[in-house]
Amino acid sequence: MDLELWNLAYSLPELVMTGGSLFLLLLGVFRSGRHTMSVATLLVIGITALSLRNVPEGVTFSGMFVVDGYSNFFKWVFLVSAALTVLVSGRYLESRQENHGEYYALLTSATLGMMVMASAADLISLYVGLELMALSTYVLAGFLRNRTRSNESALKYFLMGSFSSGLLLYAISLMYGFTGKTSLTAIAAAVSDGDLAGNPLVMVALLMFVAAFGFKIAAAPFHMWAPDVYEGAPTPVTAFMSVGPKAAGFAVLARVFTVALEPLQTEWTQLLSVVAVFTMAVGNVIALSQTNIKRMLAYSSIAHAGYALLGVIAGTAEGLSSVMNYMMIYAFMNIGAFSVLILLDRQGTDVEQLEDLKGLSKTKPVLAFLMLIFMFSLTGIPPTAGFIGKFYVFVAALKAGHTGLVIWAVVFSAISAYYYLRVVKLMYMEAPAPEATGPVEVSLSTRLAVTVALAGVLVIGLYPDILLGVSMTARQLF
Amino acid sequence: MVPLSWYMGLSAAVFSIGIFGFLTRRNIIIMFMSIELMLNAVNINLVAMSHYLQDIRGQVMVMFIIAVAAAEAAIGLAIIIAIFRNRATVHVDEINEMKG
Repeated sequence: MDLELWNLAYSLPELVMTGGSLFLLLLGVFRSGRHTMSVATLLVIGITALSLRNVPEGVTFSGMFVVDGYSNFFKWVFLVSAALTVLVSGRYLESRQENHGEYYALLTSATLGMMVMASAADLISLYVGLELMALSTYVLAGFLRNRTRSNESALKYFLMGSFSSGLLLYAISLMYGFTGKTSLTAIAAAVSDGDLAGNPLVMVALLMFVAAFGFKIAAAPFHMWAPDVYEGAPTPVTAFMSVGPKAAGFAVLARVFTVALEPLQTEWTQLLSVVAVFTMAVGNVIALSQTNIKRMLAYSSIAHAGYALLGVIAGTAEGLSSVMNYMMIYAFMNIGAFSVLILLDRQGTDVEQLEDLKGLSKTKPVLAFLMLIFMFSLTGIPPTAGFIGKFYVFVAALKAGHTGLVIWAVVFSAISAYYYLRVVKLMYMEAPAPEATGPVEVSLSTRLAVTVALAGVLVIGLYPDILLGVSMTARQLF
Repeated sequence: MVPLSWYMGLSAAVFSIGIFGFLTRRNIIIMFMSIELMLNAVNINLVAMSHYLQDIRGQVMVMFIIAVAAAEAAIGLAIIIAIFRNRATVHVDEINEMKG
């Protein structure tokens, strides 16, 4: 890997995304029709994907920006989740009279922020990418300006998000003070040379890193914002937020901990182990008592962050590639589940209560079946992709010697079956409520999104080699 | 010359005031100001360290933090205005439609 002052070829996907995002902002002023905007956004994402295919690997911008297999894989996750979100957004926003062009500009700039995060090799570029993502998603969460719940969601997300970036910055400033470096590799060298592992202030910095990234991936005890934000935000945005920013959070968490804080591995392994068990416990146990589906999926997303943390805790190349796989699989199954909810949408009112799904197999058998597949996948039942994701994370953690953690994870994942399968039970074993027989909105793009998500879940579930092959080659270049 | 540890002490104090304010005050604007205090504590830290280490990166970081904080203020105040239009309150305890 050669170090150049700057070489734009490495950051071509980001440049395309930047241009595309600005273009969408302009286009939205003149033509904010739902079809124009969706097609234009998909086009931007498509061109970015094309440039991502051919991007050379290396380090550029004075060592601030790194392109490797790891970052490229995460960028694919972001592009897939952004594209699926675009597909499910159009009809939803139109039925709420909020179909504005800037939605798509914000969505693409959030994606751009995540791409910068995945490529960040320096704490400065990491912070800028993280804030670009976070600021865009705050606005997206509050996009239904006239609905108080959307406002409340944006406010909570904003306050907790800025608080966590304050913690992150303080941690960065402490690390900079002790090492004199901001580059991740240089920090690692300075920490091991200066023998800073036992320094109490470095430990404070480590704790703050855990807290700040814990906020981003919604790990307990830093998860309090997630249920409220996910419930109040527009459903397509919830689908996006539960996948994109979480995957981006994992991308930087794994890179910062395994590169910059590698000399402190024993310390952060212990910390993250506690966080992981607590996250799985909180997510799965509180999800049991939820009556609102979006809230239940929020707790489920907290629980999934706990499982994926096991891969980071393993700390091995295999662990990292299992986290990468998990994020890709999670993108398909979670956005799939939210898309079914969006398809059930009744002219501007969200289908939110679990009760609303009663007897769905009688009234809308296809949608009920799709929901069944996504719920099975979230539980981790073969032959769906969810099983593959969990399996490889657990195997990686076992190989790294974290048997106790894996036992906890399996126990909690058995508990999770209760609330996922309760959805299935409601759909298949209860009689439909009399008023719940309205026609399904025919939105071609949402159907396309569900089909893609379903294909992702089943194909990865049946032929995991496709995904595993990619991520295995990717992690060797880390 | 003022030693580095004084600056770090000042920064830690300002940062703690920020955290304390964020956790105890219930007015959104004041919570928001507390976050700004936290960010500025970091700026003090970085500028002092950058001078002490004779390394420019810390000050570059400060430039980015100031720019991002401005963007954050714009978005935060926009969200507060949206809430105030719908609810006519800036008190977080009254903005609690969702819980459980």
